[in-house]
Amino acid sequence: MTGRLLNRAIVWLYFLSFFAFLLGPLLVMGVSAFNTSTYPRVWPIEGVTLHWFEALASDGPLLEGLRTSVVIGFFVVVLSVPLGLAGAVVMTQLFRSARSFYYFVAVAPVLTPGIIIGIATVVFWRDFSGFAHLRGTLYNGTVLTVLAQSSFISSYCMLIIMARLQRFDLDQEEAALDLGASYSQVFRHVLLPFLRPALLSSAVLAFLTSFENYNATTFAILADKTMTTVLAARVRTGTSPTISALATVIVCLTILATLLFEWVKRRDDRRRNARLSAARAEEAAELATP
Amino acid sequence: MALTTAVEFERVRVDFGPFTAVHETDLEIGSGEFFSFLGPSGCGKTTLLRAISGFVEPSSGRIRIGGADMAGVGPNKRPTALIFQNLALFPMMSVAENVGYGLRVRGVARGVRQEKVGRLLDQVALSQHADKKVSELSGGQRQRVAIARALAVEPKVLLLDEPLSALDLKLRQHMRRELREIQQRVGITFIYITHDQGEALTMSDRIAVMNAGRIEQVGDGRTIYAHPQTPFVASFVGETNAIHGRVASVSGELATVDTPLGPLTGRNIRHLSPGATATLFVRPELVRLSAAEGDCSIHGTLSEMAFEGSMTHLTLRTPTDTRIAAMLVAADLSRLPGEGAPLTASFTPASAVVLPEAAQAA
Amino acid sequence: MSNIEVTFVSTALLLTAFLLTVRFDRRPGEKRLGFFRRNGLVVGLYLILCVAFWCIVTFVMPMVYMVDLSFHPKLPPSMAGGPEDVFTLVNYRMLLFGSPTSTDEWNWLHLRSFFGTIGISIALTFFNFAVSYPIAYYMAQSASVSRLRVIVLLLIIPYWVNDILRAFAFRILLSYSGFMNSLLIWLGITDTPVDFIGANVALYLALVYSNLLIMIFPLYNAIEAQDHNQIEAARDLGASWWHIHLFVVMPHAKPGIASGMTLSFMLMAGAIATPLVLAGPHSLWFTPIIYDRFYQLFDWPQGAAYAIALLLACILFVLGVMKITGLKLGEITK
Repeated sequence: MTGRLLNRAIVWLYFLSFFAFLLGPLLVMGVSAFNTSTYPRVWPIEGVTLHWFEALASDGPLLEGLRTSVVIGFFVVVLSVPLGLAGAVVMTQLFRSARSFYYFVAVAPVLTPGIIIGIATVVFWRDFSGFAHLRGTLYNGTVLTVLAQSSFISSYCMLIIMARLQRFDLDQEEAALDLGASYSQVFRHVLLPFLRPALLSSAVLAFLTSFENYNATTFAILADKTMTTVLAARVRTGTSPTISALATVIVCLTILATLLFEWVKRRDDRRRNARLSAARAEEAAELATP
Repeated sequence: MALTTAVEFERVRVDFGPFTAVHETDLEIGSGEFFSFLGPSGCGKTTLLRAISGFVEPSSGRIRIGGADMAGVGPNKRPTALIFQNLALFPMMSVAENVGYGLRVRGVARGVRQEKVGRLLDQVALSQHADKKVSELSGGQRQRVAIARALAVEPKVLLLDEPLSALDLKLRQHMRRELREIQQRVGITFIYITHDQGEALTMSDRIAVMNAGRIEQVGDGRTIYAHPQTPFVASFVGETNAIHGRVASVSGELATVDTPLGPLTGRNIRHLSPGATATLFVRPELVRLSAAEGDCSIHGTLSEMAFEGSMTHLTLRTPTDTRIAAMLVAADLSRLPGEGAPLTASFTPASAVVLPEAAQAA
Repeated sequence: MSNIEVTFVSTALLLTAFLLTVRFDRRPGEKRLGFFRRNGLVVGLYLILCVAFWCIVTFVMPMVYMVDLSFHPKLPPSMAGGPEDVFTLVNYRMLLFGSPTSTDEWNWLHLRSFFGTIGISIALTFFNFAVSYPIAYYMAQSASVSRLRVIVLLLIIPYWVNDILRAFAFRILLSYSGFMNSLLIWLGITDTPVDFIGANVALYLALVYSNLLIMIFPLYNAIEAQDHNQIEAARDLGASWWHIHLFVVMPHAKPGIASGMTLSFMLMAGAIATPLVLAGPHSLWFTPIIYDRFYQLFDWPQGAAYAIALLLACILFVLGVMKITGLKLGEITK
């Protein structure tokens, strides 16, 4: 009996410490964002203020970095989702050694540290852009960061899309062909709509991954600045509760977005289930009356 | 039988690597016919269907549809429509969009398309569900969407790959009738794949019974049931008693086979000669418990009796431990002895067939 | 040949090897539709161009170029491709033995940092696994649906805060005058503040923190796929709890464990934001050294050589995991 109690106590202790570890740092940071102390701290609370949020809203370099991050994120999505989609579709059309070969190349970017991809991108494009006589347009921090990030974010997208593609019913493709569709119509009308949820989630993931990326970006960004590089420079030289305020905003947005997503999903599920059971009842009634 | 040919196989053979799925096959299916391929899974019937629809290219031989050679014609260019086993409806499209899909890819104008889709949905009683998602429909409704979608492209031949197998019994029987009605109304050729003899027998004009990549017999349901040409057909279609032996003598249409149960006589439709190994088949419902002049008799004891409402299933056990099944209508029950009692079963030679020894047990 | 020519030639060779594999790895009697017949011209072109651009231009060519660059001396652009631009091992020599003027036998500063980074990353990966396994198991086998949703939400929140901010949070928490020290002093556990950052505790904790989700999700997926009845059956047979986990759950979850460990190791060894913010004066994580080659010394070839050393360590780790677990690459990167 005491053994079981002890077990339970250990389990509870684990959960408690786990979530303290998980949320503690964020909570501490969140509280420090509201403390008037100019040094980000939780204790002693010198007074409660929204001053740091105001400072955040008028922080020029940070907002400039944010703008660049959003632009980069946008182009990474525009590039990575179609690349990942093509990558996943080609994967289904290769077999045996060719497939292993291709798979290795396609997932290697995920298993390569981000800084190495950043470095490789910079050194290659410095020379290659000159070679292609496009040095002016191509060799610039934003473009290089988009390229470097797309290299591995496309792999993520491909893996997400592949997971859904594995559940694709080949009969769907054959049904469309049989009704007279050409292969590219099958792709547009059947495969793409089927993959839509995966395309959407890979787009969201691509944007968020790009937005928070630092490792590849710090090498590829050259003279430009994204939000993460501005932050890094700021945090290395000193600290300010403005940064806590920023983190608090991000955390709140994450929670809101997740809750919204859950709510929409539950609502759709409920609607679909209601209609389906109505249809079943109707059919049972039809069969019962000869 | 129809006068013109809808689908014609000329020495069609399909190999998958070293495995031959369909051996050289010749067959003609008439226009307006309801034609079924019946056989166990893996017998090659689905391969034949896919060869007609163009998803499988024959390794040799030709397939003609409406007289035109289909070699090199892709599935999207053939005048056929296929209803898949799992229906393969498009989940991201509404019911109306599903039905109109074939017209859409053919570039039919929206107005014309909507009008035609409306008419088809009317025919299958789905008008009020036109805007629903397929996932919101019941099993029977989905079935009808699949039929309407296939009919929308006005195929010369409609191919059905066991479309009813996922439904429950009651709905399945209902859909059999409905399918047959639709076929008679639209008047095009239906080619139906099934392993369920009940489906094949109730709906089809003609049936091809397939086994191990070969068509064993083609004919209407009655012929196949009453006059099976091969041991496989005899035992696959309907229930039957198989008694092995050797042909002892032949007289006219009949052959007498020496079996462990004694000499038994049946129709010698394959013209076997004395000495040939043979199997005699007799259907349980043709076995009687009262012998008349010239009947073959089998003696044994009553080992099992299963009452099934309109029919009673009996099993007779012979001294050599062979089991003979008999089926009696309820009226005969009163004359039955109890279980374990000696019993004599008999049948007329005209109700039994003698066929060459089965190459493999079916 | 100049760097760029070497890159083109090697990429072309790789592509040829790939096309030959496609062409000759076919079983006899196998019939397949041609690529363009299978996809149509437009879609086919889209597929080929995209995959080529992605795999070749954004990944293979930069990588090949970087490898090639690491074998060249640092030269001003005007001299690139000139007579001085020769094949050299000087950049790798630097990592091992230090600069030619150094009197030390080995380049201890960099080597210690390199092996320290690898060793600590491995240790932290195991620590991460130990922390993550129980929660992943709970999520996969015991938690109710609603509770699972809450846990997933809680796990995701820290993940979408970027690396810099996470490190920053740890600095607020663990700095000399930070919250943890105030707490410890208030509780009377210690009189003088503990230097968590100087002792690198903050760095290690933040690295584990950043990779919790990376470890938990593959574990969760793998454990969730296991039939709960198997575990029940083992329990009925009297197996002790550690026996069940070691011999029933973990073997089944092997791909998830391998996947979580590989990604976690790679992200830790390659982390740069966290060490930049949290490294104490006695820590020399390897990645900032690489960074300095690039943007302090502007010696790109040497930086490339150092990056390749790190990449090789990661490849060795992946190969090691594959060897030990007997899994294929595809099973690890699910």
